[in-house]
Amino acid sequence: MKKRWYDYLWIVELTYLALGFFNILFAWLGLLFFFIPLIISAVRGTKGYCNHYCGRGQVFGLLGGRFGLSRKKDIPKWMRSKWFRYGFLIFFFIMFFQMLWNTYLVFAGVQDLRQAVTLLWTFKLPWHWAYHGTLLHPGVAQFAFGFYSVMLTSTVLGLVTMVLFKPRSWCVYCPMGTMTQLICKARGGKG
Amino acid sequence: MGTRKKRRAVVDAGACVACGCCAKVCPVSAIEVWRGIRAVVNGEVCVGCGRCERECPASVIELQEVQP
Repeated sequence: MKKRWYDYLWIVELTYLALGFFNILFAWLGLLFFFIPLIISAVRGTKGYCNHYCGRGQVFGLLGGRFGLSRKKDIPKWMRSKWFRYGFLIFFFIMFFQMLWNTYLVFAGVQDLRQAVTLLWTFKLPWHWAYHGTLLHPGVAQFAFGFYSVMLTSTVLGLVTMVLFKPRSWCVYCPMGTMTQLICKARGGKG
Repeated sequence: MGTRKKRRAVVDAGACVACGCCAKVCPVSAIEVWRGIRAVVNGEVCVGCGRCERECPASVIELQEVQP
């Protein structure tokens, strides 16, 4: 099958993850991975982002497929149930808003900047080497640390389910995927 | 002479997550994601090769024999 330009977006995803190791402020770019799928689903009523442009999905597809790092087993039925998918979306939302709250506290001067990346909502990894100060408010950096934590956590979860189940198992419970599908459903299938 | 029954992919529409992994691997473009909600198979075009079935991360596609 002929390769299109968007078949190489896995490079963008890997670059994004790599940049976060050098300067955490690049994490802000990750907002594109949130807004583009939402805009496509809201404006065009499709999951065009998941279907074509998701670099993260492509990374899992390549590692699990071509690199053979996946067992290629069926995902458990409960993991593809609406309960789990919507439950994970809600959980993800709560954790996201908690991250926004922490950012607000730094902006408000109530809390100091924490130069750490929180993996799996639990493990605080020191990440000070990726922060070199900023002319902007420390809250800007706090959001970057928090947002990068979200991106790294979901990548790790996706890698785990990639190994255990099929390469793109993450797509089954990806909160962005669930949300864009809900938006498309809310549009009543009007394309 | 033995004849192989024709098979085609069938999607469990209610459980489909509309990720589009199936459409990516279909050699004859017989499957597509309909309006971001679910994958839909064009039975006229599907050759029943099973690539989408293997690829589907939610395992909601299966091959079914069709009556001629």
